Amino acid sequence: MKSLLKTTVAAIAFAAAGSAAQAADVKACFVYVGPVGDFGWSYQHDQGRQAVEEHFGDKVETAYLESVPEGPDAERAIERFAREGCNIIFTTSFGYMNPTIKVAKKFPDVKFEHATGYKTADNVATYNSKFHEGRYIIGQIAAKQSKSGVAGYIASFPIPEVVSGINSFLLGAQSVNPDFKLKVVWVNTWFDPGKEADAAKALIDQGADIITQHTDSTAPLQVAQERGVHGFGQASDMINFAKDAQYTAIIDDWAPYYIHRVEAVLDGSWKSESTWDGLAEGHVVMAPYTNLPDDVVEMAKATEEKIKGGWEPFTGPITKQDGTVAAEDGVTLDDGAILGMNWYVQGVDDKLPQ
Amino acid sequence: MFEAVLLTVITAATPLLIAAIGELVVERSGVLNLGVEGMMIMGAVVGFAVANQTGSGALGVVAAIAAGMAMSALFGFLVLALVTNQVATGLALTILGIGFSGLIGEAFIGVPGLKLPELYIPGLSEIPFFGPVLFQQDAIVYLGFALVALVAYGLFRTRLGLVLRAVGDNHGSAHALGYSVIRIRFAAILFGGACAGLAGAYLSLAYTPQWVENMSAGRGWIALALVVFASWLPLRVVIGAYLFGAVTVLNLHAQAFEFDLSSPFLSGLPGFVTGAIEIATTSQFLSSLPYLATILVLVLISANRRLTLVNTPACLGKPFVPDR
Repeated sequence: MKSLLKTTVAAIAFAAAGSAAQAADVKACFVYVGPVGDFGWSYQHDQGRQAVEEHFGDKVETAYLESVPEGPDAERAIERFAREGCNIIFTTSFGYMNPTIKVAKKFPDVKFEHATGYKTADNVATYNSKFHEGRYIIGQIAAKQSKSGVAGYIASFPIPEVVSGINSFLLGAQSVNPDFKLKVVWVNTWFDPGKEADAAKALIDQGADIITQHTDSTAPLQVAQERGVHGFGQASDMINFAKDAQYTAIIDDWAPYYIHRVEAVLDGSWKSESTWDGLAEGHVVMAPYTNLPDDVVEMAKATEEKIKGGWEPFTGPITKQDGTVAAEDGVTLDDGAILGMNWYVQGVDDKLPQ
Repeated sequence: MFEAVLLTVITAATPLLIAAIGELVVERSGVLNLGVEGMMIMGAVVGFAVANQTGSGALGVVAAIAAGMAMSALFGFLVLALVTNQVATGLALTILGIGFSGLIGEAFIGVPGLKLPELYIPGLSEIPFFGPVLFQQDAIVYLGFALVALVAYGLFRTRLGLVLRAVGDNHGSAHALGYSVIRIRFAAILFGGACAGLAGAYLSLAYTPQWVENMSAGRGWIALALVVFASWLPLRVVIGAYLFGAVTVLNLHAQAFEFDLSSPFLSGLPGFVTGAIEIATTSQFLSSLPYLATILVLVLISANRRLTLVNTPACLGKPFVPDR
């Protein structure tokens, strides 16, 4: 109900804005799954939209709808944008995949961009970021800094993106300390500050002195700050919430991609592609390294450079939790294997929920 | 370790307890207010905003209570004076609260909050084990304990409580006896709003000191369920809130503490037992446990129909229009 209400309000505002400015060459429109104020996923997408406005000035007009539920509502929202004269529409959640494809069929002249999905069409491109590259680096930092040798990982849902993040983190940690332990707690939500905080407390009480998360609120970091342990920001730089506790943060920076794609529409070079970029392209950015000794910062920066140079964290030898070999020495997992990952690497102190 | 778990249970249970005890009084007066979530989130945002602007946690708490009361006053006006449908009005109040709090809170997203200090009660806080758990908390936790005692005593040991229950059980008779049903119900609604606002302040000033949209994440609805779970008895609300908090927190602890099924201790068990243990320790099952517990208790309570009827306010949700 809430989203419906906000969608309606946003739609009215958007309709008003649409009639006000007609001078722009291109209209870029964005559909968000959460409120722009979540200080996480949707917030970062909206930062990207604002960067587009700033970069192109009067040439490009933007519009957005927030808190659009995945499902039939999404189709209506996307179709409405297409009808209102948007030239390029970014749909920024996995659940918008089918609605995007469906609407795209009806509007062959409109360009569609769907985040984190895998279905493309002549006028539908997909894009995603290699968040796991950042997780490898924070895994290394965790292993260097932890005194107990145990980190706690607050996880949302057992989908490949989350699982590959956990694995990448542990591979990074094991590259520093082969005996490093990782405890995983599934909270089964993307966003519940109270529950995330309780999970962080539970992990700390059981010996973890590094907390990391794949959920969207700043609560776990605040707990880390309070308890005198350390952690990492998620999706955006959360240093304001934990100035002594945050080592760094993995920031999703969509701005370069959005500017690049809108540019392509402007000069007519746009075509359907599947983009999956990471640190090298600036889609994943590490926040400033803080509260760390110099040698650890150097190590982190060296790894960052190595990954930017084309090295993939999922390079063998990698052993699965059940003891079978996932990748031989020197062999790199292909994109499909990483994007569809449904197994743990050896050393994860948890059973993957199926 | 055990102490630490208890501490988290208390913090997880406190907002539920406070909101539920307020709603209990409202329902005892015969009014069903489904807007707890909306009043709570308004309390959270206003409490955070005022504490942030003034630098005073106490002012924040007072403002949160006032915000909850303002929301409930709106509800009271609609359902008592205009005799609107209580269920629909309550739902609308929740939607309004969530949307409006997002609007007010826009400026405070990403702003670090102010955490209420823990108050150490001299003497008592030094008692081994119980001291740190019970007497080194923030003021709202103590306020929660006090509220339960106040409501339990007030409802069943004072004349005011008797009148309130009479209004909830048979508003016609109470009216005939000369009691102002509308006034008493309005006061009860205001009390419920104040409690929900206080619970909201606990979220944004003590539990997770920050403001994010929709941060109450359904706790208002759980509070509503707790009142029924407690069959409208204050002390059972305490049991319910702590049970709920405990199951949520223990789920997280159980996950961090891995059960090793291959250990020799368990390997001799038949397959279906280890299978059952495996299912019982999955995070999804553990997450659903509090809700399963609520359903189970509801079944147990309604099995004893006589007992349920004794405690259910007979006029719950029924509109009252005094005839002139």
